Amino acid sequence: MSDWHTSTLTQLAAGLRARKFSSVELVRAFLDRIDASQAALNAFISVTREQALSQAAAADRALAAGAGGALTGVPIAHKDIFCTQGVRTTCGSHMLDNFVSPYDATVVAKLRGAGAVMLGKTNMDEFAMGSSSETSFYGPVRNPWNPQLVPGGSSGGSAAAVAARLVPAATATDTGGSIRQPAALCGITGIKPTYGRVSRFGMIAFASSLDQGGVLTASAADAALMLREMAGFDANDSTSVDTPVPDYVAALEQPLAGLKVGLLREFFDQGLDAHNEQRVREALKLYQQLGARLTEVSLPNLPLSVPVYYVVAPAECSSNLARFDGVRFGYRCENPRDLTDLYRRSRGEGFGAEVKRRIMTGTYVLSAGYYDAYYLKAQRVRQLINADFTRAFGSVDVLMGPTTPTPAFAIGAKTSDPITMYLNDIYTIGANLAGLPAVSIPCGFVQELPVGLQIVGPHFSEARVLNAAHAFQRATDWHTRVPPGYA
Amino acid sequence: MYDFALVFSLRHARREPPMALTREQIASIATLARLDLSSSEIPVYQDSLSRILEFVGALDRAETTDVAPMSHPLPGLSQRLRPDVVTEQDRHEQYQANAPQVAAGLYLVPKVIE
Repeated sequence: MSDWHTSTLTQLAAGLRARKFSSVELVRAFLDRIDASQAALNAFISVTREQALSQAAAADRALAAGAGGALTGVPIAHKDIFCTQGVRTTCGSHMLDNFVSPYDATVVAKLRGAGAVMLGKTNMDEFAMGSSSETSFYGPVRNPWNPQLVPGGSSGGSAAAVAARLVPAATATDTGGSIRQPAALCGITGIKPTYGRVSRFGMIAFASSLDQGGVLTASAADAALMLREMAGFDANDSTSVDTPVPDYVAALEQPLAGLKVGLLREFFDQGLDAHNEQRVREALKLYQQLGARLTEVSLPNLPLSVPVYYVVAPAECSSNLARFDGVRFGYRCENPRDLTDLYRRSRGEGFGAEVKRRIMTGTYVLSAGYYDAYYLKAQRVRQLINADFTRAFGSVDVLMGPTTPTPAFAIGAKTSDPITMYLNDIYTIGANLAGLPAVSIPCGFVQELPVGLQIVGPHFSEARVLNAAHAFQRATDWHTRVPPGYA
Repeated sequence: MYDFALVFSLRHARREPPMALTREQIASIATLARLDLSSSEIPVYQDSLSRILEFVGALDRAETTDVAPMSHPLPGLSQRLRPDVVTEQDRHEQYQANAPQVAAGLYLVPKVIE
């Protein structure tokens, strides 16, 4: 069969259960697609062919015995930030080039438990710090819509892999937009769940009050299927929330009529590309036709979310990355003179430029004399932004706006100026600061490049947000578009 | 009161920041962070950190008197407690397989005390 790669994850899972094809056949076909595109896209850091084929064979035996789970035999990939037992886990960094995880992340274990077959680990910005997947030690990821352009980041490998249909789904993480921004730039669906909804155990930490695991897929229905298996309480994550996981798949078909949609006024201000804005406004008009009621809402403190983020995230990163000391795991420099030299050179040589920049920024804002002026001030403004969201959700069910200011940009275009790069996440960071669930779905094209629509909901409203995304995808076919060359 | 124009205008703030960090400040931050920087890296971080600090200086425009700092997105979530019993197995050999240098179950580092 030649149309497996353009089938949805939901269709593939159903086909496997009906024994229309085997997991081994399916996995081999996707592995071949990964191999064929690796030179062009660089979406993967590791491909686990043999392990995948033996997992697929086991899945076929389970399916034959009628013992399959929701995802049995379905191929997926993991962002290389998730620890995978016995498989190298690099986080895109020279620091962890030789690190073979002794345990599985909870997300990895849960998806394996549901029967999913891992094909490999996807490329990413080093330690998830970046918005273009250019800071990886393993070289930049390329956008399948145009290889001269970035796929977005930090989950750019996962996004490029799903967009080019190298896998039907890939895990990802989002600290300031790292799921939604690459989803928008690659023309796919991505969900960042509520903070605490998906376990962070075994997910290499960047900024612990913001990091959240999620998934990239071709459709909202596929995201619902994946998230249902990934979400849930985990005693190994102290910030995991112990509330039941709703059946996101069952909630997809809820009628949209009467949905109160708030348009984020601040998102349509200066900085938004006029063509992007047009696509987003067309999408909003369609929502109106589908029965949603649109009102404009203002979150006056939201424009300060990028400055808040670039204090809070580096501060938490400088603390989290202190564990990389060249002693217990990871890179160690040659011939250290003494212990301090070992620490300093292992870290200086093991980390790339952007990671060092953020560690330095974080160290500065937390240092004596600056803590109040920067860190405490940012935490207070974070409270104001959070209050803006709470107020908005008093009158609307979901908020909508663009995911990014522009479509994908050229590789190398923004690497020289960190602030320009940071502003890519201007529309996505707010949801991380407030811990809210948010999706990005494709809503059209500008000069043959995809544009993303963002939907943000109150805490634990994943079912509502996915339902709204699914209703849009039933009425449009943007999410079925595959980049030329990968169809 | 705040708009994106404010934030976007900072993108074009190419002038020398008023509080540019000195080489000595960068070197001292690197010492605190235990990062060895080459002499060519120092001016790069001098420039970019100064600009980042100028950029985040926009926070000063927010009125935050009597606003409590927010450190966690789910307020009210308290730390869970568990019974004080052993739940982990001893897997030090597996963990130490990733260590640069071990001997007799111990991590080795350069001599600290002469």
